Amino acid sequence: MAKKGDWVRIHRVILQADERTANLPEDTQKVPFEMWVKGHLLSDGEIGDEVEIKTVSGRKEHGTLIEVNPQFDVNFGSFVPEILEMDVRQRTALFGKEAE
Amino acid sequence: MTMKDLSYSAVMGRKNDIIKDAMGVDYRRYEREGIIFDYEAMMADCGYTLEDHIRVQRSVNVGNTPVFELHNLTALARKLAGPGKGARIFIKDEASNPAGSFKERRAAASVYHAKKLGYKGVIAATSGNYGAAVASQAAMQGLKCIIVQECYDSHAKGQPEIIEKARKCEALGAEVLQLSVGPELFYEVLLLLEETGYFNASLYSAFGVSGIETLGWELGHQFLEKYGRHPDAVVCANAGGGNLTGTARGLIKAGCPAKVIGAAVDLSGLHMASDDAFNRKSFTTAHTGFGVPYATNPDHSDVPRSAARPLRYMDRFVTVKQGEVFYITEALATLEGMEKGPAGNTSLTAAFALAQQMGEDEIIVAQETEYTGAGKGINPQLSFARQNGIELKFGNPDEEIAGKNIIFPAEPGLLKARDLDMDELRRKFIRRATKGLDRALSPEEIAFLAEETRSTADFVAKCLEK
Repeated sequence: MAKKGDWVRIHRVILQADERTANLPEDTQKVPFEMWVKGHLLSDGEIGDEVEIKTVSGRKEHGTLIEVNPQFDVNFGSFVPEILEMDVRQRTALFGKEAE
Repeated sequence: MTMKDLSYSAVMGRKNDIIKDAMGVDYRRYEREGIIFDYEAMMADCGYTLEDHIRVQRSVNVGNTPVFELHNLTALARKLAGPGKGARIFIKDEASNPAGSFKERRAAASVYHAKKLGYKGVIAATSGNYGAAVASQAAMQGLKCIIVQECYDSHAKGQPEIIEKARKCEALGAEVLQLSVGPELFYEVLLLLEETGYFNASLYSAFGVSGIETLGWELGHQFLEKYGRHPDAVVCANAGGGNLTGTARGLIKAGCPAKVIGAAVDLSGLHMASDDAFNRKSFTTAHTGFGVPYATNPDHSDVPRSAARPLRYMDRFVTVKQGEVFYITEALATLEGMEKGPAGNTSLTAAFALAQQMGEDEIIVAQETEYTGAGKGINPQLSFARQNGIELKFGNPDEEIAGKNIIFPAEPGLLKARDLDMDELRRKFIRRATKGLDRALSPEEIAFLAEETRSTADFVAKCLEK
């Protein structure tokens, strides 16, 4: 249960697949045009409910409630061994074998 | 009051009026006979001279970024080049702008102008560093800000680089509206402009593009002061065209005769509006998917006439591969001690290859760097590529196929700058500008096309004959 005033994220389909512009690649033409935005919830609601929010610029937006206290989950990714290998090759290319 | 029709076709049909209200610019003023429009009149009409831009940018902590010589990359290039070859390689550290990229030069005047005209906020359509730039300037100048991003595919999987930029925009106080793949982004932007009455801080406005002139102007002066001479070549990442256009105009105003070389990451074969291809690319900007269409058809942006017209200024346009840009990004860290974002190293990658074609007494400058962080860096972007089934390997980057693999040069000598055919780009531009025209062009129109493509009346006439 999300309370009025909670910081949330909503989702809404802006254009259904058949309302989209022409000249799209086939794969894009088949799917809807969607939107995600965050704001403060204007009344209590559950995940999956149609809700209204107020964004930080003061706009009202509506859509399906999908996340309460939304967080960013970007990170530095998993280990990529090729990056270390690049280091070795670059140092060797410039400084010679003793760099290894 | 009647409700406005918010359907796709109705809103797109109102585009010119919405943009006029949202920028205070009536683009019809610059249209002349036939296909001609007065580019310089549009640039002059924005009301900001180079001196004005310098004053505005200094007042909001933008610009005056340092130039660094890359001694180790230069030494490596010289090892690979023939005797007497291997220009000195420099970068201009644009990452040291408040929000981490040259884009703030573009944002400063737009936000300043919006405030002067009494707009309460600004809107920008961008998945790139321009979002953070506008958000930063809006924060500094006290306006509201909405950034509209193309961010997710139809499985709601986002590009980590774009999500990081969303984080940064929010950190700087902006509302971030994220969209799935598709050109209907401009429809959403028009809806928001109508709803809010905010200023359209377009990437392609004369305010924005002329703001970048300070970068070229600084380059001209910095090299004279520090090294007593002008650089011989300046490499600019070329996507929408504003970076190159603005820099080249600034170089000219500084009296700097350097060649201006565009560089883009080769993403040929990937459709930019494809939902399926969206997460199979590792660069969301500075690539040929924007660089080529915007050079040959600049007027398909969010303004009727784009101020970014790179074919007017470009001496060469080269492409580099994704694996090569990641390679140079790593070399910048490991050999030069500077960790910067990958896309911002597109021009440096080209410069490393081009330096080897130049004399060792010459100077080549990559005119930008960009910030790096979680999601937006060599490790997160390569990790994401691998997750999406992209093969990562060492080999010959000539064999790289965008969307399938990323090939790091097995040896630095395999890294290349590949020239695009400038005359073919010019012909494309001319064909596009005259498409559907069922009459002969006037001499003035032919002269206009020669100016737009930096060619001659003869070249245009020959192209039209075909």
